[in-house]
Amino acid sequence: MSTDTISPDHASVSNLCWPGDLTRVPFWAYRDRDLPKLEQQRIFEGAVWNFLCLESEIPDPGDWRATVVGRTPVVVARDADGTIAAFENRCAHRGALICLDDSGRGAKDFQCVYHAWCYDLRGNLRSVAFQRGVNGKGGMPPGFRVQDHGPRKLRTTTLHGLVFGTFANDTPPIEEFLGSDVLARFDRVLGGRKIEIIGRFVEVLPNNWKLYAENARDSYHASLLHLFFATFRLNRLSQGGGLTVSPNGGCSVSETIAPTEAVDRSYDGMRSAADDYRLEDLRMIDVVDEHLDRVRHQIVTVFPNFVLQKTQNAMALRFFTPAGVDRTNLEWIFFAYVDDTPEMRKRRLRHLNLGGPAGFVSMEDGCVGGFVERGITTAEDGAAIVEMGGAGVESQPTRATEAAVRGFWSMWRGMMGI
Amino acid sequence: MSAVLRVAELNAAYAQTIDSDRLESWPDFFIEDCLYKITSADNHKRGYSAGIVYADSRAMLRDRVTALRTANIYERQSYRHIIGLPLIGATNPSGIAAETPFLVARIMRDGRTDVFATGVYLDVIRDDARGLRFAERVVVCDSRHFDTLLAIPL
Repeated sequence: MSTDTISPDHASVSNLCWPGDLTRVPFWAYRDRDLPKLEQQRIFEGAVWNFLCLESEIPDPGDWRATVVGRTPVVVARDADGTIAAFENRCAHRGALICLDDSGRGAKDFQCVYHAWCYDLRGNLRSVAFQRGVNGKGGMPPGFRVQDHGPRKLRTTTLHGLVFGTFANDTPPIEEFLGSDVLARFDRVLGGRKIEIIGRFVEVLPNNWKLYAENARDSYHASLLHLFFATFRLNRLSQGGGLTVSPNGGCSVSETIAPTEAVDRSYDGMRSAADDYRLEDLRMIDVVDEHLDRVRHQIVTVFPNFVLQKTQNAMALRFFTPAGVDRTNLEWIFFAYVDDTPEMRKRRLRHLNLGGPAGFVSMEDGCVGGFVERGITTAEDGAAIVEMGGAGVESQPTRATEAAVRGFWSMWRGMMGI
Repeated sequence: MSAVLRVAELNAAYAQTIDSDRLESWPDFFIEDCLYKITSADNHKRGYSAGIVYADSRAMLRDRVTALRTANIYERQSYRHIIGLPLIGATNPSGIAAETPFLVARIMRDGRTDVFATGVYLDVIRDDARGLRFAERVVVCDSRHFDTLLAIPL
């Protein structure tokens, strides 16, 4: 992806002017080179709950995992008393990473490799090598106190085995942040269940992270871009379902209900309905109604950059972080219930062909953001039209709406002050 | 012919089939009751069972080709497989075990060529009257990063 693109000459956020209401999204919002720094401060380190890891990744004291909050490196660790701590992965001394690997087990403490400054499992600076010098020479001044220094800490919370963290003091409890409707969908998939990771892959997207945040909230595109469902008659907008947006606008649920079967003419004439294709191996779609609600497809988004997905019997977390203004790392964490029968586990592996970087109904999401980036290369004064389903951000009993995309922008604008 | 040469020849034909866009013939390299999976070294080491592609029948491979041809949207692209020499392992009733390194360059519509994936094929190869066919081909990519998307099989 080229990085020498021209961005509008906005010296500061005060010059960024949003054109009208939420039905228009200015293209500079994806390309402006000043925005990533502001988004880091105001969004990722603002009053949001950032996904950190699964509790099952750090089951015992001393277990830890390194991740990022936006672009800030962070360590999540299980302390001796079982609580989960999180702190910035940056040594107080020279700023080097404290933890170099992705994860570890049974650590007693963390030691920066550069000058051996040592931290406890909560990220408190405990000791400084040669603090008193060597043979009475050198060392820190007498007034230097380790307790005055250390990485920034996050508050953590857990929800059904998922760990979230926030840098802000005023972030509401996660249940309130999500709202009752979104929370209910977490309960549906995760409530009372023990989960384990069964696969983890990163898809590197050639686009700004917000294009993917929108895509995950865009129930309108699902059966138009992803022709696999339509080709094999698995998902159509005329099928039952709907879109729910959280009170804060930033979180959403899109659902599809299993078809009751009747001839569906809503796609007649579109390229997706040209032929009647049938799968040879129907085990790709042999859905078991695990929650007894006929919901076949549920996408839950959490502001700013997290998705919980259940498609048929496949389950995934998606966690996407900016790796540059026009580059995003999309992490797919495939998971299953610990108490799955062998048959159900096999079924999930087959159904996971629908998701991930090679997924039958997700691979297009990997490239479509790049198509937008390339399309808007010189269109800094232009804007996207986001008007399906009106101008509001309310829940709607249809998926032919962009209400959740507008909800994302309403929260983004509120936090950014734009 | 030695097992090394026979498996090398199989891999050469496999690569040519994919790289020359004859994907409809790709499933023929597998037995009906096969396993084809694309994963990464990290996932493989941790024992994670899911892949980004997981097919446990030849019919599922054919379904993937049908989907790539008729349903999925992706920019025109092609691969160039460079496949190393197979290291032949044990032969048992399920077939010949082989481990073979590969490098795949991806050539995009706009002319850009990048190293798309490197890794090893972990194979179990059936040797019967129909010649050599894969009972299992687990594609273990060295990196767990995949650029943009993976459409064409590795």
